[in-house]
Amino acid sequence: MRYLPHTDAARREMLAAIGAPSVDALFRDVPASARLDGPIAGLPTTKGELEVERHMAALAARSRPAGTMASFIGAGAYRHHVPSCVDHLVQRGEFLTSYTPYQPEVSQGTLQYLFEFQTQVAMVTGMDVANASMYDGATATVEAVMMANRVTKRGKAVLSGGLHPHYRAVVETHARFGDFRAVCAPPLPGGGEDLAALVDAETSCVVVQNPSVFGQVVDLSPLARACQAKGALLVVVVTEIVSLGLLTPPGAMGADIVAAEGQSIGNALNFGGPHVGLFATREKYVRQMPGRLTGETVDADGRRGWVLTLSTREQHIRREKATSNICTNSGLCALAFTIHLSLLGEDGYRRLAELNHANAVTLAGKLEGVRGVRLMNETFFNEFTLKLPVPAAGVVDELAAQGILAGVPGGRLWPEGPELADLLVVAATETNTEAEMDLFASKLEEML
Amino acid sequence: MDKSQGRVSRDGAAAELPPVATHSGHRGLVMDEKLIFEQGVEGRCGVDLPEPPKVARRLGGLERKAPVGLPGLSEPQVIRHYTRLSQKNFAIDAGLYPLGSCTMKHNPRLNEKAARMAGFADLHPLQPISTVQGALELMDQLSNWLTTLTGMPAVALSPGAGAHGEFCGMVAIRAAIEARGEAATRRRVLVPESAHGTNPATAAAIGFEVDAIPADARGRVDVAALKAKLGPDVAAIMLTNPNTCGLFEPDIVEIARLVREAGGYFYCDGANFNAIAGRVRPADLGVDAMHINLHKTFSTPHGGGGPGSGPVVFSARLAPHLPVPYVVRDAGGFRLVEHQSGAPSSLGRLKGFHGQMGMFVRALTYMLSHGADGVRQASNDAVLNANYVMARLQDVMTAAFEGPCMHECLFDDRFLKDTGVTTLDFAKAMIDEGYHPMTMYFPLVVHGAMLIEPTESETKESLDLFVDTLRSLAARAKAGEAEHFRAAPRLTPRRRLDETRAARAPVLRWKPKAAPVPRAAE
Amino acid sequence: MPELRYTREHEWVRVEDGVGTCGITDYAQSQLGDVVFVELPPAGKKVVRGGEAAVVESVKAASEVYAPVSGEVFESNAGLPDNPAQVNQSPMGDGWFMRIRLSNPAELGELMDEAAYKAYLATLS
Repeated sequence: MRYLPHTDAARREMLAAIGAPSVDALFRDVPASARLDGPIAGLPTTKGELEVERHMAALAARSRPAGTMASFIGAGAYRHHVPSCVDHLVQRGEFLTSYTPYQPEVSQGTLQYLFEFQTQVAMVTGMDVANASMYDGATATVEAVMMANRVTKRGKAVLSGGLHPHYRAVVETHARFGDFRAVCAPPLPGGGEDLAALVDAETSCVVVQNPSVFGQVVDLSPLARACQAKGALLVVVVTEIVSLGLLTPPGAMGADIVAAEGQSIGNALNFGGPHVGLFATREKYVRQMPGRLTGETVDADGRRGWVLTLSTREQHIRREKATSNICTNSGLCALAFTIHLSLLGEDGYRRLAELNHANAVTLAGKLEGVRGVRLMNETFFNEFTLKLPVPAAGVVDELAAQGILAGVPGGRLWPEGPELADLLVVAATETNTEAEMDLFASKLEEML
Repeated sequence: MDKSQGRVSRDGAAAELPPVATHSGHRGLVMDEKLIFEQGVEGRCGVDLPEPPKVARRLGGLERKAPVGLPGLSEPQVIRHYTRLSQKNFAIDAGLYPLGSCTMKHNPRLNEKAARMAGFADLHPLQPISTVQGALELMDQLSNWLTTLTGMPAVALSPGAGAHGEFCGMVAIRAAIEARGEAATRRRVLVPESAHGTNPATAAAIGFEVDAIPADARGRVDVAALKAKLGPDVAAIMLTNPNTCGLFEPDIVEIARLVREAGGYFYCDGANFNAIAGRVRPADLGVDAMHINLHKTFSTPHGGGGPGSGPVVFSARLAPHLPVPYVVRDAGGFRLVEHQSGAPSSLGRLKGFHGQMGMFVRALTYMLSHGADGVRQASNDAVLNANYVMARLQDVMTAAFEGPCMHECLFDDRFLKDTGVTTLDFAKAMIDEGYHPMTMYFPLVVHGAMLIEPTESETKESLDLFVDTLRSLAARAKAGEAEHFRAAPRLTPRRRLDETRAARAPVLRWKPKAAPVPRAAE
Repeated sequence: MPELRYTREHEWVRVEDGVGTCGITDYAQSQLGDVVFVELPPAGKKVVRGGEAAVVESVKAASEVYAPVSGEVFESNAGLPDNPAQVNQSPMGDGWFMRIRLSNPAELGELMDEAAYKAYLATLS
């Protein structure tokens, strides 16, 4: 077996050194009732690379990659072009096969890129500090709510109806089994939500997504003021991080915490995971932040270096009193984010955002022109919502058969809301061509 | 004394030479590398993007007014920067990483190839189900491996890592207790003192009270003490097996029975599954829920701290509470149940999408490569290697408990008594010898703990060199060379770093020179 | 003459005229290592003996500081948060945490005096 180096001779020598008659003797504490005599039945035996590769390729061939179709799906995960460098660099063994940087002297590579990542995240969100990443945007959002509860010592979170329903569901799971309540405003694709009216003296935070799940972009400054007046925190969620290349960042609008999904930069769609959660906040809340933090310091020779810091908030030390139970971050995905954003830089990040918005504006223009289709958004970045004259799910399936991933139908995101079933959430990125957009518009026209 | 090349001389003392001064700050192959923010030039860019077409913007006037502040770098600069950073990391690819309870086994490259196949990597999670049947089938195959290896009937794939899996399992237990109408009365969770900190943190986060169970003199759960703590208010026990001392709990079947009879559930922390995979099925031990770290037992890469994946296997009595989404196979093929409305007893959703698909592909590739026979052999070799290390060290280092151990062996710092060398110092000296230190100061039940897990990937020669090196360090400590340890490491790109300074006045990001240095949190 | 007493959790209290100055002992600070952060109770907070009153964090550990006596917090050491190192340098002096107005002076009789605390420490090592 290619991954197991021992020969039988070596095994015998080692058993002799241990003084055990067999490996089975080393398992003597296992109760007899639980001992298995041989390999578990019902599973295949060892296979060589070629055979395994064929098996995996056959499985892969039974799905249709987004790249083989005209893809216009977003709703929390976005198809962008990732430069070739990124994947080469993250596959270097020193990054791929290293562990959490608990021994900083032999982890300066990881620690330095995490420090760069933390800085980039703080910069793009317009906040003071950021952590070294979380599992994804949804879990970052619920961590933000729990942090707001700790900071304000209150237990009621108000969630916007424009928050991605999966993110809302994750918060609801934690609320149900935790010690707080989540009040959810209904989804309003046409806008007009008044969250400020729902904030009171028991509110720990208001959670609002910008651009919303419908794609709408709003100025959150008035809401930020309303929260502040009542002592609640404003948590802003961003699912498309490329939007911040062009939009006013949450920090400038008065956000207290930003929970975001960073997948768009550096990371493939990966059928939903692994992605990379971003988490940023104000300086004054640093000690209440969940997750890992990298900090700058000096070594014994006075040279600059980096270490994991403020770890006493974390579970391995605080145990019951930890700020969160989270242990793992999204290391390699955070590295991919950092490398891609390094390549983009100020100019590239802005230009990428402009391309995305321009393509979305062009696409919206073409689709708006289709009979029976209504664009719900006044504003959008690279994603918008259409109202169709028929349930959208059928249209999406039909278009998929014709090589177009038309977007996400309302019924997939809000199955309990039949009035939303004729909504279609559509995204456009820099990867979409005008030809694809024309194809989408003409096929949609034919169908309706 | 041999003064050339800094070699260890006959009497054991290293000949010290002052470090060579260089103008560039680089040292041979190890480069001194600034931050990207200190190297950027305005107008430089590492990607070529087309000019955006002129359109009438629809942003509501909410364009960014201030620049982001990102540095501009070219592609060659970026490659050089991150290559240089990578050279300052220790990694499994470079050497033995004996971190107890982390299972730093080899990360096969076939896994990486499989994960990058477009039919897995280039799928959007919300594509129409008919277009992602292969991906759902992969999840189904992985589920089958996990349920068969563990003997459990159901598995939740969505948790993002081990701690997330613990949360999932404990929430399922709470859901089951609620369904029985006992939520108000069953609030106590029993956790051994030796448990990893995520266990009590998770239980507390879900509103349980944590009650610590002591260990006995042999490093196992004190069953008599456990019995005394059982009662109608016990919700669950959280056990790691093999435990964090590297020992199999021989009374585990009895413990599971006692807890079940008291009306409680058994959560098993599966971090140490590498000792028993293919040899013991957790279902046969009476487990109700167990998370599995795909990034430990099933070789998905640690990636400098993540991403991980923590699927949880469930017993029949917890299966109704599986989180959404989960894969269902029926006559028409595979589909996803994504919302609570489709699964009323479900504990709900835990993550944005379906789980860490990239890690599922890698883990299944590992499982197919090993086969059931290979998985069993890997566990055998993991346990053999740990016992070999223990046998060859126990005369010069102090084992915390009598053997045999499972896949990891635990030492304490008694052998360093009166040497002036702490566990920390010992670990730093290992770094200069080319080894990442073992897990230190964990578990807390042993003083100055050193937990060594070699994994099945190591050859006998590699283990012999490792053991001989530790023997030499132990001898040097006992010979009174405390200064050698306290000054370590000396051969790394950075020496010991001031963690106190980092925590007292945290600097958590780079700032341009004009801005004031951030103070510690108000 | 101020009475100095100790708890099993390594807090000390020095009482004069019904007000107890509290902190953690030299043994506690040496176990914690370099203190990096303290969280002190606000003036007016009511505490009970053995209840959580403050938090002390070092690089490797975080610990609750329990009130050695019941009463009301009269003031906290305002200079300590900016200079947590004082807990290590002068744990019985400048590194004090808070002053409590005692509500039940009889509790002092249940705490250890200097000699008893020293004997207690001997059993720990």
